[in-house]
Amino acid sequence: MKEIDELDLPDDVRYTEEHEWVRHTGDKVRVGISDYAQDQLGDIVFVELPEVGDTFHQGEEFGTVESTKTVTELYMPLSGEVLAVNSALEDVPENVNEHPYEEGWMIEAAPSEPGEWEYLLTREDYLDILKEME
Amino acid sequence: MRFLPHTDEDIASMLDLVGLSGLEDLFAMIPEDCRRPSDLSLPQPLTEWELQDLMMESSGLMAVRPEYKVFIGAGSYEHFIPASVTHLAGRSEFVTPYTPYQPEMSQGTLQAIYEYQTLVARLLGLEVANASLYDGASALAEAILMAVRITGRKKVALSSLVHPLYREVVQTYLKPVGHSVLELPYLENGLTDLSKLEGAENLAAVALQSPNFFGCIENLQTAGELAHQGGALFITCFTEPMAYGLLKNPGCQGADIACGEGQSFGIPESYGGPGLGIFTTKMKYVRNMPGRLVGRTSDAEGRQGFVLTLATREQHIRREKATSNICTNSSLCALTAAIYLASAGGAGLRELAELNHDKAEYLKRELKKAGCVISFESPTFNEFVVKYPDNFEAAHDGLLRKKIVPGLSLAPYFPELKGHYLLCVTETKSKTDMDALVGEVAS
Repeated sequence: MKEIDELDLPDDVRYTEEHEWVRHTGDKVRVGISDYAQDQLGDIVFVELPEVGDTFHQGEEFGTVESTKTVTELYMPLSGEVLAVNSALEDVPENVNEHPYEEGWMIEAAPSEPGEWEYLLTREDYLDILKEME
Repeated sequence: MRFLPHTDEDIASMLDLVGLSGLEDLFAMIPEDCRRPSDLSLPQPLTEWELQDLMMESSGLMAVRPEYKVFIGAGSYEHFIPASVTHLAGRSEFVTPYTPYQPEMSQGTLQAIYEYQTLVARLLGLEVANASLYDGASALAEAILMAVRITGRKKVALSSLVHPLYREVVQTYLKPVGHSVLELPYLENGLTDLSKLEGAENLAAVALQSPNFFGCIENLQTAGELAHQGGALFITCFTEPMAYGLLKNPGCQGADIACGEGQSFGIPESYGGPGLGIFTTKMKYVRNMPGRLVGRTSDAEGRQGFVLTLATREQHIRREKATSNICTNSSLCALTAAIYLASAGGAGLRELAELNHDKAEYLKRELKKAGCVISFESPTFNEFVVKYPDNFEAAHDGLLRKKIVPGLSLAPYFPELKGHYLLCVTETKSKTDMDALVGEVAS
């Protein structure tokens, strides 16, 4: 497993304590799981995603990630409606391991509560949390 | 692994280690009203010979074959078990193993389970089967929970012609978690009334049994279409899987899950258990399927091997979010069923099923001639309901004296069917047996 200083933690996204990332582009957001999360899970074999059109509140479960070791929940970083899901992960779930912030994205959503963004973690906040967990 | 309980010294040293003075302290966190204040009132231990006497006395109270000719099925079926099945299933390699977590040590057990899964999935026309569950009733309850997980809906439609005890088990599973059941009544022809399903939109599942509790063969195709129109999963269950040696399988009639009891496949009736919960579904639902699953794979050198698969959704990893909180399977019963099915083969199972059907039809015809009424006109497999003549009470006692058990009275389960009996005829009943029953009824 990676040491903290080996983790890829880009600063153009925000993070959650549950290890999701969110990237804002225009009026949409993309959501995935962090490099730390994929590294902890190990080889990912299946990603269970919601339907386009489903709506979730911040913190609600929107899917699951299955690795060879375990299955873990995905939590919605921001309230909103699902606009798209990354169906390519059905065939190449390993994209989550290899490119967690690019090809490994999971859903695209239209946030309904713009104020929630402020409560998400910056790279520095997230790093602090990871260091505390050490 | 040893199964001996802890000695007083063991217990004392463990309590000492965690710093407690007695067992009461250890259980203090369990709410008062969940604890039993007194000891269980169990009888004193017996010697082996006393125990044998007790068991003989108990079995003497029952109508046991071969002395009695028992024309009752109703969820437990008397089928001939070839000696080869008992012999092979009794081999020590099969009888002794624990859960095959370590595939390199357990290829035999894993392959046997894989073959069982393959055989039952083919029989029922579905894509995937689990390694088995406890029995037919718990398989049905698990199927309903699975449909609730998949659809996110909390109400299910259940035919009133599903075995009454299975319906009780379903209620036991569903009631505490707040899921509700819409009961589908039955029609005069002995089939489920599907009219409540028209336009029903909020159902997680529609569950029917075929052959149903009256022995009648349901129109699964139609029920499945109605279920799917409302976005529900279609669950079919069975108590007599041998029927599928002859009938169209549930898979080709739209079933999303087909499940039920597998006792008919080489497993003795033995006082009602152990049973075999058969569970099959479509591949697209495999990640929501309860229970264990054995898959075929290849090792680093490309050789075929078998492993437990998708275990990440089981309770030891997923805890309360597991697909089921029962991972136990009826492995030895599943193995027995696999040996039985492989011994009979496709053609053999069909012949056996035909024999069951034809013999039951013979008895049905003869009873009719003797003045009985066949309660429901729909086609049946090896069970059917009969209304005996009004003066039957006397004949019933006479039959029992002659060691013939003429069916199961339906009144305790369906009060409106007083005087109606559910009869079962398998390959084990001879023409002489059936003629003797008819002779008594006619006299």
